Amino acid sequence: MIRIDHISKTFLDRKVLSDISGTFEKGKCNLIIGASGTGKSVLLKCIVGLEQPDSGSVSYDSRDFTHADKEMKTEIRREIGMLFQGGALFDSKTIEQNVMFPLDVLTKMKKDEKLERVNFCLRRVGLENINKKRPSEISGGMKKRVGIARAIVNNPNYLFCDEPNSGLDPQTAVRIDELIQEITAEFDITTVVVTHDMNSVMGMGENIMFIHRGEKLWEGNNKTLLNSGIKELDDFVFSNKVMKALRPA
Amino acid sequence: MREFGKYVIFLGSLFVRREKFKTYYQLVLDESIQIGVKSTFLFVLVATFMGAVTTVQTAFNLVSPLIPKFVISQVVRDMSIYELAPTIMAVIFAGKVGSSMAGGIGTMKITEQIDALEVMGINSSSYLVLPKIIASLLMFPLLVVIAGVCAIFGGYLAGTLTGIVTPTEYIQGIRSSFDPYTIQFALIKSVVFAFIISSVSCFKGYNTRGGALEVGVASTEAVTTSVITLLLSNYFLAELLLNE
Repeated sequence: MIRIDHISKTFLDRKVLSDISGTFEKGKCNLIIGASGTGKSVLLKCIVGLEQPDSGSVSYDSRDFTHADKEMKTEIRREIGMLFQGGALFDSKTIEQNVMFPLDVLTKMKKDEKLERVNFCLRRVGLENINKKRPSEISGGMKKRVGIARAIVNNPNYLFCDEPNSGLDPQTAVRIDELIQEITAEFDITTVVVTHDMNSVMGMGENIMFIHRGEKLWEGNNKTLLNSGIKELDDFVFSNKVMKALRPA
Repeated sequence: MREFGKYVIFLGSLFVRREKFKTYYQLVLDESIQIGVKSTFLFVLVATFMGAVTTVQTAFNLVSPLIPKFVISQVVRDMSIYELAPTIMAVIFAGKVGSSMAGGIGTMKITEQIDALEVMGINSSSYLVLPKIIASLLMFPLLVVIAGVCAIFGGYLAGTLTGIVTPTEYIQGIRSSFDPYTIQFALIKSVVFAFIISSVSCFKGYNTRGGALEVGVASTEAVTTSVITLLLSNYFLAELLLNE
């Protein structure tokens, strides 16, 4: 379980996050949603430690991450897997080397054990026979799946996904969402997904936090989302025609 | 001054939370191939021609019959060891290797590859930058030695093939009044220049923000800043090591 307490963040004189608290539960897909530029990705970066919040704290299973020393932070980070928006695969490495990378630097596994684990993870995300290809030779959807394989290769306890289906066609996007849900349940990990895609929200929103202009306005799940009664959330949710048709009278 | 302070902090960050020695060993080897082996051809080519041109131009300027011909190769030798091999090659090194370092790291920065390393608990600056600096410190002095030899050889070819000097005169000039300290001086300069170019370029790349345009800007700044810094340090090193 990940807990965030009163997180605030300001860049120069612009307040990006304001007093955000919440809990991300284990074995569930926890979603942070909101329109573009509302601070979702900054919040995610504060949670994983890529940005230091101005105030507040983040704790991983009761371990204070924000105020931990460097060793503790490194220890916690090694339990984290993250899928970045663009995949963030290393261009100079093959797919196999990309997925194997966390095992190379963080474990003492033997080469054949690492290879077995890499092949397992690639199979798990539905990719085979692309081990020797480079990231530039595969499609956007495949890059995301390789990113997921790399994120789970080290058996993480926490999985973070930053807009996992941005730039993907609807079918591939749904497949990526399903994969994230399956992996969360299968490995019983705490998954946090940042998204503004309503298909993802309705499909995998077991625990949803809505951020608007740096503030948390609502928390719930995909069943209560349509009846929140919050104007900002309704504006966000029912902004497209398909969702408008689902709008309760 | 603020930028310099950031640079010093950046250098300090290379030595905290380091990875296993084996990891660095492999990375240094890979970088040495990229930085050293793949630059050798360019260095050999440039140095040989610079030596050749120096011979021809020196001969052109030495018109007095009172000056013996072997002075030409003395001039080529000292020019090569003092300046052509370490300093001019450092400028080329900054253009070829420095810009590539800044561009590579800058691209990794904007495509979140550096964030990916950090999330894994890896000190990205140490993992990416330290091997490049070590490889530069190892390879650039070697390239300077090769360049020095090639420049003198280029001068020999140009001088003897065009009849400016005889082979005997050229060898005589190379050997006469030779001070081995000049080699030491060139090697000290090469180590300092290698550190400046690699660290400044990586620093510029690592602090890239934005998109492809900013990566280009970072590469240009890396070359400009490192060339200016190395020219300044060249002067101070000459003052420090040659002035008695």
